[in-house]
Amino acid sequence: MSISRRKFLGWMGAAGVSLTVGQPALAAGNKHFTGYPESFGVLHDTTRCIGCRKCEEACNKVNELPAPERPFDDLTVLDNKRRTDAGSYTVVNRYDDIEGVDGPVYRKIQCNHCLEPACASACFVRAFKKTEVGAVTYDASVCVGCRYCMIACPFNIPAYEYNEALTPRIMKCTMCYPRLMEGKLPGCVEICPKEALTFGKRYDLITIARERIRKFPDQYVDHIYGEHEMGGASWLYVSGVPFNALGMREDLGVIAASQFTSGALASVPVIAGLWPVLLTGIYAVSKRKDKIAEQEKRQAIKATLAKASADAEAKVAKALEQADLKNKRLIEVEVKKAVEQAKANNAEEGS
Amino acid sequence: MSEEATAANQSVFNPFNIVAGVIVLIGIVLTVLRFTGGLGAITNLSNNNPWGIWISFDLLCGVALAAGGYTTSAACYLFGMKKYHSAVRPAILTAFLGYALVVLALHYDVGRPWRLPYPILYQQGTTSVLFEVGLCVFLYLNVLLIEYSPAALEWLGLNTVRKIVVKLTLVLTIFGVILSTMHQSSLGALFLIAPSKVHPLWYSTYLPVFFFISSIFAGLSMVIFESTLSHHYFHDKMDKTHLAESSHVTFGFAKAACWIMAGYFTMKVFDLSMDNDWHYLGTSYGIWYLAELLGFVALPCFLYAVGVRDKNIKLIKWTAFWTVLGIIVNRFNVSLVAFNWQLPSSERYFPHWMEIGITVFLITVFVIVFRFIVRRMPIFYEHPDYKGSH
Amino acid sequence: MEPVFFTLQDFFTFSKGITYVLMGIALVAMVAMWNFLVGRDEKHWPE
Repeated sequence: MSISRRKFLGWMGAAGVSLTVGQPALAAGNKHFTGYPESFGVLHDTTRCIGCRKCEEACNKVNELPAPERPFDDLTVLDNKRRTDAGSYTVVNRYDDIEGVDGPVYRKIQCNHCLEPACASACFVRAFKKTEVGAVTYDASVCVGCRYCMIACPFNIPAYEYNEALTPRIMKCTMCYPRLMEGKLPGCVEICPKEALTFGKRYDLITIARERIRKFPDQYVDHIYGEHEMGGASWLYVSGVPFNALGMREDLGVIAASQFTSGALASVPVIAGLWPVLLTGIYAVSKRKDKIAEQEKRQAIKATLAKASADAEAKVAKALEQADLKNKRLIEVEVKKAVEQAKANNAEEGS
Repeated sequence: MSEEATAANQSVFNPFNIVAGVIVLIGIVLTVLRFTGGLGAITNLSNNNPWGIWISFDLLCGVALAAGGYTTSAACYLFGMKKYHSAVRPAILTAFLGYALVVLALHYDVGRPWRLPYPILYQQGTTSVLFEVGLCVFLYLNVLLIEYSPAALEWLGLNTVRKIVVKLTLVLTIFGVILSTMHQSSLGALFLIAPSKVHPLWYSTYLPVFFFISSIFAGLSMVIFESTLSHHYFHDKMDKTHLAESSHVTFGFAKAACWIMAGYFTMKVFDLSMDNDWHYLGTSYGIWYLAELLGFVALPCFLYAVGVRDKNIKLIKWTAFWTVLGIIVNRFNVSLVAFNWQLPSSERYFPHWMEIGITVFLITVFVIVFRFIVRRMPIFYEHPDYKGSH
Repeated sequence: MEPVFFTLQDFFTFSKGITYVLMGIALVAMVAMWNFLVGRDEKHWPE
């Protein structure tokens, strides 16, 4: 079987693409970034979570957050749906009455540490950073407090210290970045009594999650939440019930947040580059029209004036013919006056 | 000057001063509350609703309604419509004060206002749409200050400086249009990053285009609307040229606004079709969307056309007011009504009265400063020493 | 050395940063270029 020319070219093209992907920095047209290869993540298996709130307590302790209104062993807190706020980087919610499940299901909420974070893309002082270990960190020392990150985050995670008068910060899980740097586990992972949280290299976690789904197909929904959502996240979830039953949106898509704005931002240089050309062009055209109009006007005046003086001269000739030599001088004076008059009149009309 | 004297003879406690005084006093109290208790003390903002009316009205509407500056100066200096010249100064002044006020309002909204220069001077988050907005607003505020300055310099009698500034008119006008195109559109682009939170009827990849195009007719309508008010309150300050050109400006701008709105309306319909959002029109959000599109875009567009054809200046003036209102409706729809539409109503945002108080306070400050300037500086008239020297 | 980027975010930060600087330079350069272009026209610019 012979290889068609088109097929051959297609292969060549594919080879070219794979070459450029191999060197992300040099990739020209098609840019594809796969994130820090060795970065960490956490896998949250909601089928194992018992809603004990130990992770909340540990998080509170290691991050030195303010003491909660109600103690962590008070499980009636779970009667309400909560989200992260200025005093808590993580919360556990209980979901009752899910179809096909006896008893409640629990889900831990915290920053998902996106591979391409919306908050980082939105921040105009680069306060957020996707670090090489996977954690998305926040630097309060540059934060202006505009809260655009909170608008941008598809998971509604960043919280704001609304009651701080002069030094409000964004409050958000750091994946215990400082602890990771010391070689420790995140506080919540360390304390979890049911191993509902697994810490590891992200690609290992995906393998583990797949394995669990493969081994126990009737226990899990065949989806790893966070593998692709919004371009992927360092936190991954597996669940026995559909994710939207656990308050997790399944309509977010797989496109990273920064790509939603990149088109609009790409048009900015277009304006900077071409608007000066267009606007100066319009200016020049209108200026030129003015100039031509001005010239035409001047020419019209000139023509009228020329006609007027020609008329006047004709008048003179006629008068001279008729007049006696005696009166000649007198008439000349009169005529001159008339010419002057005509000129003046024309000038006035023309202007 | 004679007016000054009569004003001095009158009691300081005229109605304007009393009302303005009370609002300013309340505003000062609210300001103290804001900077001692934080945003939580005077706003209904929450973690799910981080932006309220200070962004929706003060920033989005403020900037859109201040678009008269770039549209008028572009019409006069770039497109060669010299008969609009007397409208340029009031429009530039409005724009300058408007932008100054937007920046002032942001000091209330952001957590640490003294860091507002950070994104420009300290650490640039170049991937952020807000960075682009911030940079352009900062630069444009400076452009407007320079564009406005001849009026102040004539008032102060600084002729040499004035001459230099006037020479820059063309460059500044072009630069102003470029910056305006960028940040007017980027204000719409701010919401592109959150497709999961904005109602699909309002979310569109065309958002930046919509914000830019609507800013043009917002600016034109604002010039008409404002000149109506100015004729009422500052008639004595206007010279013959201004009064003579005024109706010319009104008809010309109404015509332009009508035509641009027609294009905007068309684009809005195309957008419905591109995103295939038709089925949302039957929902309650859809009805409100149609109310905006038909009531605040199509209707004023048509009324402008009638006004222009019938030479009905009164109709045009009312239409201008309606269009301005429509812009406010649109900005509120995108940033508040459509935003977080999927949250239960108990988690939605409604402004606290004190937030509205700050906004009213800032508008009052605008009116006071505007009044101060037009009563003293050559805005509605040409300075006798500089007649025809523009 | 070519910088290496692992995330789209870092790449955008870098490329857009340079583009912003270039935009500033371009705007100034355009003014100069226009002046050069019309420099020998009879008084045309500015005003």
